[in-house]
Amino acid sequence: MRQSFIFRNPSLLIFLACLAGFTLAITLLSHAYGSAFISTSFVKTLGKTLCLCLVAIAMDLVWGYCGILSLGHFAFFGLGGYMIGMWLMYARTELIIVQSLANAPIPATPQELRDAIGTQIFGVVGSADFPAIWMFAHSFWAQMALVVLVPGLLALVFGWLAFRSRVTGVYLSILTQAMTLALSLYLFQNESGLRGNNGLSGLQNLPGVTASQDFISIWFLWASALALGLGYLLAAWVVSGKFGSVVRGIRDDEARVRFLGYSVEGYKLFIFTLTAIIAAIAGALYYPQAGIINPGEVAPIASIYLAVWVAIGGRGRLYGAVIGAALVSLVSTWFTGGLVPSIRLGFYTIDWVDWWLVLLGLSFVLVTLFAPKGIGGLVDLIAGRLVPNRHGADYGPDTGSLQESEGRE
Amino acid sequence: MNRILRAALMLLAVSAMPLVAQTTPTPSPIQAPIQALLQEHRETIEKSSRRSIQPAIDAIRDSGLPAAKLVLEKWGARDMWQRKSDGLFFYVEEVAGSDLTLFDFADSTQIGNLPKSDFKQIKPNSGIQGLIALSLVKFQLSDPDPARRGAALDALARIGEAAQLPALRASIDSEPDPALKSRKQRLERLMTIRFGETDAERIAAIRHFAGDLGVDVRGALNPITATTRRAAPGSVPPQDMNVARILRPGGEALSRTEAYDLLIAAGLAPARLTIADQRAALIANINAGSSGGVAVSALDDPAARDRAYAGLVVAGLAPAAATGTEIDAALAAHVFFDTFAEPARPVTDAAQETLRSIELKVGINQSLDLALDALSLASIYFLAAIGLAITFGVMGVINMAHGEFIMMGAYTGYVVQQVIPDYTLSLIVAIPCAFAVTFAAGVAMERLVIRWLYARPLETLLATFGISIALQQLAKNIFGTQARPLTSPAWLDGQMVINDVVSISYIRIAIFVLALIFLGFFLFLMKKTRLGLETRAVTQNPKMAASMGINPDRVNMLTFGLGSGIAGIAGVAIGLYAKVTSELGADYIVQSFMTVVVGGVGNIWGTLLGATMIGFLQKGIEWFNPSNTLAAQTYMIVFIIIFIQFRPRGIIALKGRAAGD
Amino acid sequence: MSNLLEVSGVSVTFDGFRAINNLSFQIGSAEMRAIIGPNGAGKTTFMDIVTGKTRPDSGKVLWGEKTQNLLKMSEARIAQAGIGRKFQRPTVFEDQSVRDNLMMALQNPRAPVPVLFWRPARKDSTRVEALAEQIGLADALARKSGELSHGQKQWLEIGMLLAQEPRLLLVDEPAAGMTLAEREHTTDLLKEAAKSRAVVVVEHDMEFVRRLECKVTVLHEGSVLAEGSLDHVTANQEVIDVYLGR
Repeated sequence: MRQSFIFRNPSLLIFLACLAGFTLAITLLSHAYGSAFISTSFVKTLGKTLCLCLVAIAMDLVWGYCGILSLGHFAFFGLGGYMIGMWLMYARTELIIVQSLANAPIPATPQELRDAIGTQIFGVVGSADFPAIWMFAHSFWAQMALVVLVPGLLALVFGWLAFRSRVTGVYLSILTQAMTLALSLYLFQNESGLRGNNGLSGLQNLPGVTASQDFISIWFLWASALALGLGYLLAAWVVSGKFGSVVRGIRDDEARVRFLGYSVEGYKLFIFTLTAIIAAIAGALYYPQAGIINPGEVAPIASIYLAVWVAIGGRGRLYGAVIGAALVSLVSTWFTGGLVPSIRLGFYTIDWVDWWLVLLGLSFVLVTLFAPKGIGGLVDLIAGRLVPNRHGADYGPDTGSLQESEGRE
Repeated sequence: MNRILRAALMLLAVSAMPLVAQTTPTPSPIQAPIQALLQEHRETIEKSSRRSIQPAIDAIRDSGLPAAKLVLEKWGARDMWQRKSDGLFFYVEEVAGSDLTLFDFADSTQIGNLPKSDFKQIKPNSGIQGLIALSLVKFQLSDPDPARRGAALDALARIGEAAQLPALRASIDSEPDPALKSRKQRLERLMTIRFGETDAERIAAIRHFAGDLGVDVRGALNPITATTRRAAPGSVPPQDMNVARILRPGGEALSRTEAYDLLIAAGLAPARLTIADQRAALIANINAGSSGGVAVSALDDPAARDRAYAGLVVAGLAPAAATGTEIDAALAAHVFFDTFAEPARPVTDAAQETLRSIELKVGINQSLDLALDALSLASIYFLAAIGLAITFGVMGVINMAHGEFIMMGAYTGYVVQQVIPDYTLSLIVAIPCAFAVTFAAGVAMERLVIRWLYARPLETLLATFGISIALQQLAKNIFGTQARPLTSPAWLDGQMVINDVVSISYIRIAIFVLALIFLGFFLFLMKKTRLGLETRAVTQNPKMAASMGINPDRVNMLTFGLGSGIAGIAGVAIGLYAKVTSELGADYIVQSFMTVVVGGVGNIWGTLLGATMIGFLQKGIEWFNPSNTLAAQTYMIVFIIIFIQFRPRGIIALKGRAAGD
Repeated sequence: MSNLLEVSGVSVTFDGFRAINNLSFQIGSAEMRAIIGPNGAGKTTFMDIVTGKTRPDSGKVLWGEKTQNLLKMSEARIAQAGIGRKFQRPTVFEDQSVRDNLMMALQNPRAPVPVLFWRPARKDSTRVEALAEQIGLADALARKSGELSHGQKQWLEIGMLLAQEPRLLLVDEPAAGMTLAEREHTTDLLKEAAKSRAVVVVEHDMEFVRRLECKVTVLHEGSVLAEGSLDHVTANQEVIDVYLGR
């Protein structure tokens, strides 16, 4: 009767197998470990795409399963990036400074070292002092903890405020959007201590690692794939069983769940915070591959794009989110990279770099109107053909013949 | 030799002037008294040095000759030329090729065209020109042309000097224009503050301005109350100084470090050892792997560096640095105080008192100005949000493309302006055009997209967002990324100045008025018209409304079109005030939604209150930290998030079962 | 007999309209009660107050032996304390199977973390199957509840209520839209439930109320108009006036 968790979710196995196969294939085609068929920058693009898939899973959990259309999850993603970026930037600058000071006639005091690093990092915003928020930047482990803690706490506090006052639906969406806007405006200031609109840069260099970017990019691809796999497993496990039932119940009829005795606010807060942490981890893996993070990344529009990916992929199913994020972000890279040939109409030339957003916007409207289930809906169509959903009816004419639920096993 | 001869000649000329002048008007201008005066100062004029020129200018100005003003004007304009042969001065109207058209100063008669090579141009440098201009003020103050008198007052207010004060006073009584007269009187008081001869006179002038808001008054008083921080040996400040206050080192106003820096700067105490100096001294004295008796490798510790430096001092290799006790002693042996640049105590007292009275009034007026600013910001938010109040507040449709409708309205205004160059006319045409364009866009969007999604509000949000990014990119493709100007007509330029503190630009007044008109229009539409009734019916119960013969499709379409059209008009207004870019709408969309949500959905008065609250809040926060509008917006949003905790349904909330679920 | 629920002097105003006016009401721990009244009498608002959805302006709502004040508790806490509610429209989770619906309602820890690690034990499955048998949905456990007929959804909801094992059931128009046979089944279910717990049924249909064979409370304009057996209250002149109009 009781089956193991993995066997109850066949799509999980398929997904993990695909992910492993993909990672292996890229590794074998890379400069670092294989035939050098794929350029290192493309490996980075793929690694980044895996991170986007992970944040899309988080978005799917919070929106597709729990019904909270959060327009703030990319802010958590960005915050994760900022947290890891602080350590990367500090540690690397420290190495450079120590190296340059090694030739000085007398060794530097800790204070001099710190001042030199401060000048190097904050020179662009006309400052040399370390803001208080950089207190832990020198420690890898502390900063890694902050990757989880800062977005987690922000989500916890914001979620507690928002859910406690029973803000729901579009109001909640607008509120999360406002939170994102406030955060990005805050980061845009030089006084925020995170280098204002310059953001943090040079993140692609791992301090103390001498390997070339060819290798680093593959390592990050592995890390991203691992994170995506684990994130998918975690999400699938969370939504299976009674917790998933309750969460989907909240999406469909919040009041009813409340009258069943479940504290809806607690569940929402749990999901909101959990997904914020997943998003932050995805961001912490993404930005070292991107090399730079600035407040523009946290802008509200990024979070809306995230919702777009999930909607196009098909919400309420985890693989849908992954497909949507991967497809849209890769196609977007393809179009905006100027790789798609322009269309000459004689009187006008359609240059896809300019027209891609128009195309994306309109196709998004079409998906919303005509395919509300997204690309994932196709899977239903195909699966419906293969194993018709008989809703518990018998397979054969005789009573006592195979039930659908047994036939699936 | 030559000089004596010339002096004699001149004497002769002066004495014989009337006779000769009458008989031979040309070409013998030498006899005229003005020419004589010029000849008297010929050398200084030729030398053209700012330092020595003043007597010459003064002599001409005070000569009382009718031509004195002409000379000064022509000289200042570099139109004065000197004949090389005899050193006589003329003025030139026109330089035609190699010829000069010469005039005589005395009676402005034309002398004729003479070759340029015989003459030398007097070229006063800008410093001298300034002095000449200043001396001309005396003439200009009683010039028949009021504009020139005004210009002279401007010059005086800017660069006036003590010497002009009598001339100014003399010109007051004869001033016919009452406005200019009061300006002259005010300027006289202001100049008396600075240049008055007795303290009593100056104090009277200072007291005259109690409670006056003019920037010029504060400009005149501030230098008097400005202080300089000084240190002096002993325990009391020197007697000859006008001391504002005595400071205690280590107090709030003066830290011990600052106090000691003051002593160093005044040369009253030896410099402290800076970290850089210490490091340099240690590096300079590295000897066989150690410096000052400490191994170089150990010098990464401040304490070790101090020990090493002490070693250097003992060895006589570095100057002794001030120690803590020495600093204490130095601070104790000196007195620190702020002094006024103005030596007279009663004058500074009066100035401080007057400034205090002004500051209070300025504070009140600044609050008023701030309130006006906030009001105009509130009307902008209200304008941006009123369309949403219809589509979101009444119909419950989330339209993320609302901002893009505002943008479309602004671009329509820009396009109309390209076709119709007259700004007033184009504005009159642009408003209905913008309404028509965005109304059509709104209707199209409602028909094609939104009506299929009425039951799925979150998906409406996403679909309209898709439209929003498409429209934004489309605008970028058509109009480019740079900002397009939407120029306001001349009658909207400038600002209404109430006093030197409170002012508001006409365009903001216009936006405020427009906001009021829209409010009235909205109320009229919803409460008094058939469409308003039908809209309310459809939004409350579409099936019931349909069964009563209302076509919900048509009503929804019209209502949505209306909300969009109003956004278009708001776009024209906002375009006049801000730059027209494809991101124009995106900048307002979050605030607009906030306005509607904070105010309370479904109630126009709520939207009004929401806009007012957000406008005043943002200006209020900006007032605390004026340099940082980004921070103001951040804090405002945080405040709104907290505000929603206490009033989740907005300021004006619907109650009861109607508000449920 | 001590009262399980005691409502006293409760009033609610919506924008000037008095939905509940100084209402008092008691029910014992194993009792069936029907509440009847014309539209707008405050029947649903009364349920909203007891379940914590609406906060009254004044009055007291006390619960159980420890006389807890329900007005200070959230909806979820009230439900956990043992008050179950069935809505007027059948509200089940249509996207989920009948089994999941019942599992969710089973009396088990409700906090997020225990629920996250909770997996059904054998006794839970047995209980769900027994409940399904009781509400006549034993064959439909694997079906999505959205596919059930209207009456089946009503039963499923009653089944969910029973799964919660509440001490008080608030049932809003359970028979609406049911066939005659289905009504009888529903009546049996409710009567069975009332043997061990308190049941409050709000109903318009007098026939259905008669079949419940219980004490009846008549509400009018937010307060109690009459109380007693059905025959007693239908003989009351005031009640007749209210129902038939003056």
